[in-house]
Amino acid sequence: MAGNEELGNIVRKKHFDAGRALLICISVLFIGSMLVLPLGTVIYNALRNGWKVLFSAWRAPYTISALKVTLYVALVSLCVNTVFGIAAAWCLTKYDFRGKQILLSMIDIPLSCSPVIVALGYIMMFGRMGWAAPMVDWIIQLPYSINGVILATIFVTFPFVVREIVPVLNAIGREEETAAAQMGAGGAAIFLKITMPNMKWALLSGMSMCTARALGEFGAVFALARSRGETFTLPLEVDALYMTGRKDSVAMAFAAAFLLILLDVTILAVKNIAEYITKKKKVDEAFE
Amino acid sequence: MNDYKESKRLIPGFSLTLGITISMLSVIVIIPLLSIFRYALKIAPVDFLNIILQQNIRRAFWTSIVQSLIAAGINSLFGTIIAWVLVRYTFRFKRFFDCLIDIPLAMPTAVAGITLSKLYSDQGWLGRLLGAFGIHVPYTKAGLTIALIFVGIPFVVRVIQPVLQGLNSQYEEAAQLLGANKITVFRKIIFPEIRAAVFTGFSLAFARGLGEYGSVIYISGNSDKNGTKVISYVIMQKLNAGAIDYEGASAIALVLLVLSFFILLVTNLIQIRNNKRNY
Amino acid sequence: MKNIKRILECIFLTLIFVLSGCTYRNMNEELTIYNVSYDSTRELYEAYNTLFLSYYEEKTGQRLKVLQSHGGSGSQARSVIEGANADVVTLALAHDITLIEEAGLIDKGWYDELEGHSSPYTSTIVFVVHKNNPKQICDWDDLIANDIEIVTPDPKSSGGACWNFLAAWYYAQQLYNNQEQTEGFVRSLYKNVLVMDASARTAATTFVENGQGDVLIAWENDAIVVCEEYPDEYEIIIPSVSILAQPSVAAVDYNVKRNGTEQIANEYLKYLYSDEAQYLFAEYGFRPSSQKILNEYSDRFNQDMKLCTIDDFGGWEAVYQKFFKDGGIFDLIYNE
Repeated sequence: MAGNEELGNIVRKKHFDAGRALLICISVLFIGSMLVLPLGTVIYNALRNGWKVLFSAWRAPYTISALKVTLYVALVSLCVNTVFGIAAAWCLTKYDFRGKQILLSMIDIPLSCSPVIVALGYIMMFGRMGWAAPMVDWIIQLPYSINGVILATIFVTFPFVVREIVPVLNAIGREEETAAAQMGAGGAAIFLKITMPNMKWALLSGMSMCTARALGEFGAVFALARSRGETFTLPLEVDALYMTGRKDSVAMAFAAAFLLILLDVTILAVKNIAEYITKKKKVDEAFE
Repeated sequence: MNDYKESKRLIPGFSLTLGITISMLSVIVIIPLLSIFRYALKIAPVDFLNIILQQNIRRAFWTSIVQSLIAAGINSLFGTIIAWVLVRYTFRFKRFFDCLIDIPLAMPTAVAGITLSKLYSDQGWLGRLLGAFGIHVPYTKAGLTIALIFVGIPFVVRVIQPVLQGLNSQYEEAAQLLGANKITVFRKIIFPEIRAAVFTGFSLAFARGLGEYGSVIYISGNSDKNGTKVISYVIMQKLNAGAIDYEGASAIALVLLVLSFFILLVTNLIQIRNNKRNY
Repeated sequence: MKNIKRILECIFLTLIFVLSGCTYRNMNEELTIYNVSYDSTRELYEAYNTLFLSYYEEKTGQRLKVLQSHGGSGSQARSVIEGANADVVTLALAHDITLIEEAGLIDKGWYDELEGHSSPYTSTIVFVVHKNNPKQICDWDDLIANDIEIVTPDPKSSGGACWNFLAAWYYAQQLYNNQEQTEGFVRSLYKNVLVMDASARTAATTFVENGQGDVLIAWENDAIVVCEEYPDEYEIIIPSVSILAQPSVAAVDYNVKRNGTEQIANEYLKYLYSDEAQYLFAEYGFRPSSQKILNEYSDRFNQDMKLCTIDDFGGWEAVYQKFFKDGGIFDLIYNE
């Protein structure tokens, strides 16, 4: 299929294509005005007071604590979601069972669920007068503690790993695994030797998407985290700094936002490289 | 049925993975959402209707639905174009632009809201430019729509892109050789193939916009009168104002939840139908 | 059947895994006290905490840690009701603390436990305008002119905004002395509202950072901060009539008993009335409750303006029922 794409390009390159130029122009303009300008605003506002202000903002105790919390939360939710994502993708692609489609749609719920509702749900379940509070209260405190933040983050990043792996595994099919199983290989061996190599780049891409989203979640976390320096993540810290209304703290807010965006961009770069490799592999296979 | 069981047993790990999937799904997603159902369904039906049908709540629902429809529509149009450009054409910095599409997914919504309101404010880059033409964006419906476009665009592009990549261009070229012009080719050959993907992207962006909170509250002005107050803001308002109104909040949340479930259901049905047709 | 049993086993194991994964205990055994407060006091309590910690260490030799939490007053009260482990609450209005009391977390009688209805500092509502007051705004009646754009937060989600509304209402009531005209005045005032943000802080940001509107109706302490930050761009206008906003403080009895922080919490609140703390409040733009110290800062706090109190409206409960509940006067005025 990629061969066709290239062929198409060769065919089109013969003459100047007005439609092509127009469409590229529209896309670049749209991306430029809707995505690049906001990004540019953050970077400009973070840098316009000079590097010194930027670095001193990054060294502020609240920013450091927020960064730690953010990374901790992202890490935990990444681990949980990776385990879940692999399990769910395996289960959804390697077997047929009734209700599979329902399960698949249910995994997508967090994508279309308002963050406000997520927070409300957790509060109504685990809050002091929630029905589950007596059951879990003696183990952990959930609302307004770091555990609640983690739970909310897991919720919003829930579908990302699954959504990236499932199509890849579906495309590969299950012949190899079936054959291995027939020859007597154990589950772990099949997974590590056959499935994992096939899906590793998709998994990496899903994991980076999950991390990027976890770093940036605001709405749900906003309703479940309250104390600055303890449970505040970087997005909340940005909001707190911006709302302080002092000149220097506005600058600090943009500095913190810039830090967050740097993290995000790094992770997205990993994702894009992973996707590129997946695609390239497909091309190679197509030509073989 | 027998075939099913046969293949199910062949690869080991069925119960393990299904167990993990079901338990995580219930603990993280299903049970918390059911808690809202549980609370909202305790309200007497009459009271429930009274809450939902209040004028300001009706208006907020209307605002959310209409503005996210508009935003999702704009996103579908431009998203399709962008996906097409990113898949079919090669040009400089293409990978860079491709990478940028994910920014709204990763950028914290609060940062997005703050940034957009700064960008479009009278002192902002775009605000000054538009101000010269007498267009005022922040704290109006336009501002609200822009925020929703921002958060929704990756959903559309990322759904259409793989479909376009998998599209076989033989038919197009055949049609072109036979003398069909580009518009006809698009209408007759390409669009039917990506229609389901466009719709999926549209509904994902729509569902996302319907519940959006962080990016919207800073730029919309939250005015009931100007129709810029969105429904998730009303839920927060119910919880945070004067007396804590759990009933009101959970009733509205329930309606919103049912709405997004419905969207999800339609999307999935379309996807299933489409998959069947393809095989 | 065997399959189902195994699925159940796996579900059980995963649950244990998830729960243990979520368990994060603070290993820090330092004695901490958790203060849940509202938006405007963030910097104030940061300074006060340092002050209090050194005082407490000097007095008892014990090192403490104070955690603070800020947000809209109503949402902060809700977080305590829902299980945030607050030792003390220092909120924008007494009503929010009453909500916690109604949930059974604070003992009755907190309102008169400390001096001045448990409010160690007060504030009031003033206007912030652009430098040199280009629109000539001097008092409330200038706000209803046609070309004025007002920025004020939403009373239905911000405590501070309730004070704004009541101050305007009180002015009109003094002027007309009848309900209909008062309503009409407040209605035309709210017609001029350009942006209604979710909280006082967001409104200030909208006005200052994004340059929206001609006048910001704000807490005096926020206004003082804004004008100190941007002395060449904004100035404060003191209206003839305003309201005495009394932010209240209380210890959350249920939590302090559980945490064993009863004595520290009380000490924390009592120290708010010390001279050192009162000077600090004045520095941060809050009116100290000590008349002596307030007089020392008379150039900062205009004491000539006429201030009504919440008791003129019959207390918070009555105010809430009359004005701010769904379908109350505010809804009638604003939604028209």
